[in-house]
Amino acid sequence: MPAFWAWFIAAGTIVFVIWCVWLISWSAKQGPQNKQDEELVGHTWDGDLEEWNNPAPKWWLYLYFITIAWGVGYMIAYPGIGAFEGLLGWSQEGQYEAEMQAAADRYDPIYERFAGMEFEVLAANADALKLGASLYASYCTTCHGSDARGAAGYPNLVDGAWIWGRNEAAITQTIMQGRNNVMPALAGALGGDTGVDNMVNYVRSLSGLVEADAAAMSVQPMFAALCSACHGADGGGNQLIGAPNLTDDAWLYGSSEDDVRSSIVNGRNGVMPAHGELLGAKRAKILAAYVYSLSGSN
Amino acid sequence: MRHESIEKSVNLMMVLIVVAISIGGLVELIPLMLSSDATEPDENIVPYSALRLAGRDVYISEGCYGCHSQQIRPFRSETERYGPFSTAGEFVYDRPFQFGSKRTGPDLSRVGGRYSDDWQRLHLIDPRALVPESNMPGYPWLAERELDPELITSKLRTLQFLGDPYSDEQIAAAAGDVEGKTEMDALIAYLQSLGTNRRSRR
Repeated sequence: MPAFWAWFIAAGTIVFVIWCVWLISWSAKQGPQNKQDEELVGHTWDGDLEEWNNPAPKWWLYLYFITIAWGVGYMIAYPGIGAFEGLLGWSQEGQYEAEMQAAADRYDPIYERFAGMEFEVLAANADALKLGASLYASYCTTCHGSDARGAAGYPNLVDGAWIWGRNEAAITQTIMQGRNNVMPALAGALGGDTGVDNMVNYVRSLSGLVEADAAAMSVQPMFAALCSACHGADGGGNQLIGAPNLTDDAWLYGSSEDDVRSSIVNGRNGVMPAHGELLGAKRAKILAAYVYSLSGSN
Repeated sequence: MRHESIEKSVNLMMVLIVVAISIGGLVELIPLMLSSDATEPDENIVPYSALRLAGRDVYISEGCYGCHSQQIRPFRSETERYGPFSTAGEFVYDRPFQFGSKRTGPDLSRVGGRYSDDWQRLHLIDPRALVPESNMPGYPWLAERELDPELITSKLRTLQFLGDPYSDEQIAAAAGDVEGKTEMDALIAYLQSLGTNRRSRR
């Protein structure tokens, strides 16, 4: 704040306080309490109902002066008069820093203890899981659901199917750096509707949803050419590159013919936002252990 | 002059009331409007791009500010959930600012990048498809309304006139930037930009 405005505020504040004191004292002196006789205002209702001009109670007047005195004390103790910082040295940022420091003193030892633990041990520690559950509630529920069962396009974390693998490194990386899973659109490469229809049937047959007929089996070479690089020759997926397993009963985008067709025709773009900056490594580890524990308990 | 004469003269009383109230304004408002703390942008804070500005206007017209705030107060309970507390220099290009006063939904000032574009799209169309507990209304019509490129151009020109540092090239490109885009695209672009100009998210 430039010096001019600091002085401007200080002057405005002080002048106003003095003016308030003067105004109240002046109008108190003007009041009827200093008159010999109590006076009638001159209004009369219903024949004999008259309005008196009586003074306000003294304690009322004193309340004004008490609030002014309190205000003066406040401005001496706290910042308020221009650039004057107040005798208590209070500041909004200082209060925030103190609050953060108090929390750090209390919680850091807890995180420190968990940071030194083996991941598998951590994933079985009741205290760590409780902490993990509250981190999960804060950061994860909006996509993965409060029951961790996900939504269409947002992985179910309790079904035992793992796109990137169920281990500390994979889960921690997913949380800290996020993921960007791209399934390309393949309608053109499959040569139009018939090719797509057959591929939909073939893909759905991999997990036993349908019996593959001869037409569906005819796209097997196409599968080998277009899909197997990521999903594997047998459709078993590849956790190193986050390619889903097509042979299990976990379906990220739904298992209906329309859902599978949409994945093939339009492609998919699955984004897990990075949470490293938000969580920090120690909390991410506890959260990862919690997520790890979810499918273990199921 | 007696107290009575103030009470009985409406004109005098009006003048004195205005004087009394103005002192608060003089001391609390004028310095903030003119001092650099509140008028200089923080580092990295730039005016909204054409598409994001259009999204900001969708945000206003749909009344998002009724349930979502965009101001994080300096308390741990807020910064833990939403990110670093807000500073005056972040809002210099907000006309009007979107502080809000009520949080039926969460604060949005750091929501950029917290969810994917697809998530935002699905969530705006049908919030309960993703968050079953949500009580936010759906806004499916946004995906069907196209933006008016002419309107965006004149908005940018107005803001440039008011002193926001838009270049003439930006204004010339504005119509093309929003061509064929829907209000949904604009709102998502706006949401995804919120808070991302901060150096740190912690």
